[in-house]
Amino acid sequence: MSGLSKGSIARFENVGLRYGLGPEVLQDVTFSLAPGSFHFLVGESGAGKSSLLKLMYLALKPSRGLISLFGSDIATTPRPKFPALRCKIGVVFQEFRLLGHLSTFDNVALPLRVAGIKEADVTRHVTELLEWVGLKDHMKSRPPTLSGGQQQRVSIARAVIARPKLLLADEPTGNVDDTMALRLMHLFEELNRLGTTIVVATHNMALVDRLGHPVMRLDEGSLSMIAGSGNKSPAREWRESRESVQAVVPPRRTRIDDDLDDADPPGIENFL
Amino acid sequence: MLGIKRSDLPLDNDAHSRFLPWLIAFMVFLAVLAIGGILVLNATAARWDQGVGGTLTVQIAATEDPARDQNNLQEVLNVIAAASGIERYVIIEEEHMMTLLEPWLGSSANVNDLPLPKLIDVGLADEAQFDLKDFTRTLQARVPDATVDDHRIWLQRLVNLIRTVEFIAMAILVFIALATMGTVIFTTRTGLSIHKEAIEVLHLIGAQDSYIAGQFAARAMMLGLKGGLIGMALGLPALYLVGSLAESLEEAALPDLSFGPIEWAIFAIIPLCVAGLAMTTARSTVLRSLARML
Repeated sequence: MSGLSKGSIARFENVGLRYGLGPEVLQDVTFSLAPGSFHFLVGESGAGKSSLLKLMYLALKPSRGLISLFGSDIATTPRPKFPALRCKIGVVFQEFRLLGHLSTFDNVALPLRVAGIKEADVTRHVTELLEWVGLKDHMKSRPPTLSGGQQQRVSIARAVIARPKLLLADEPTGNVDDTMALRLMHLFEELNRLGTTIVVATHNMALVDRLGHPVMRLDEGSLSMIAGSGNKSPAREWRESRESVQAVVPPRRTRIDDDLDDADPPGIENFL
Repeated sequence: MLGIKRSDLPLDNDAHSRFLPWLIAFMVFLAVLAIGGILVLNATAARWDQGVGGTLTVQIAATEDPARDQNNLQEVLNVIAAASGIERYVIIEEEHMMTLLEPWLGSSANVNDLPLPKLIDVGLADEAQFDLKDFTRTLQARVPDATVDDHRIWLQRLVNLIRTVEFIAMAILVFIALATMGTVIFTTRTGLSIHKEAIEVLHLIGAQDSYIAGQFAARAMMLGLKGGLIGMALGLPALYLVGSLAESLEEAALPDLSFGPIEWAIFAIIPLCVAGLAMTTARSTVLRSLARML
């Protein structure tokens, strides 16, 4: 394990987690996420992936160990400062957790409204992002009327709308076909290229192999890092990520790539 | 939307909160009656105080010597005449005294057998000018058999009675406020439970506790205002009805139920107070509950 740099986005040292009096679901987890890194988080079901993500998005407190987010030790950070930390974190929940009574637009707008952004700016940003993820025609639809894949995209749009410094995605491709999975991964890579640190928990090993980002592997609560330290510069990591994608994906253009190129309006930077 | 900001929580659709305005309306109805009672009692106390305060009674105890009695009477009248601030005085006739005593003694009592005191009803022109202590001291120095009754004991008892009833009415108001707060707390907690999932999402995307609490508070304020207006709309006609019934009875025996601008202003702010109470209660309930989250 490489150094636990002070400039890290998230730093875990000997973190353990147990629910109640049960056994530890996470044991001595130690890692550091460099700014702009992209990691996959893999492991069997029940290995503790979701628990680790919950610790990272401050839904749980560790039973032991040190967790530092954006340079703040969460054990000593007063509770009123947690919302400011959470505003820097975008979360794609495994079960989406969209608010069923709100429209697609309002769901995506939540992080901006919570942050007190002016309504005119909210409208502009949300409209552009929904257009980008192909949900422009569903802005007024409520989540229960959307398909699983559409809900997934709404969930991802909500997670990225406020340009988080850290994006945590729990099985973001679990409910979509391969085409959409790859497209969503491209969105994450675009965000990563713009400086967002990303951790994607997934069972989709084909996707992990295809994109080639460093892997955090959880095995019965113990974490190991594979293929990359996460300490490289964002640009270099981005380049290497792209190279590894190209190494996995044949250089010829596939139908999926053609579809994605056709579907994606250019310039995600415009609204991010 | 009356300036209430958009809500991220579907609080308007909560079935459990639909009864809240009606419960609050009932509380406000009771509060209007209690406040009406307090205002009436206050006015009554002031009226009685004014009515009795401007008079006093001088009593000359009867002795066995009629000449001394006559002398005492003359001496007292001299003292009264010399005192400043006295507007009028009248010696109460024995016939009138017998009429007053008749309920206790019966009509067949022989007045000549009773050592009845002489009573002089004194009306004061200006209480500020009249020095009761000086008057009493002078009177008792010159006529030891005379005593002065300024009705203060009787008045004090009356005022104590009124204050007790007022205290009870105040206690009722406090209980009404507590019951309203309890209802709002119950409704808010139910809302927190129903919307737990949505609240958790808001919490995790960085919403401050005050952001979430503000949505509950705004909703509670609207429900409180609605209930307050309904309660007042029911309570004021009820007060008016009681007032009308009172007027049709013997006027002197009942307190005056007519209200001035200040009293009406007090009634007008009841719905606002209830809305404010509901709002702050809901807000503090949510904040306390959210403080238990990470």
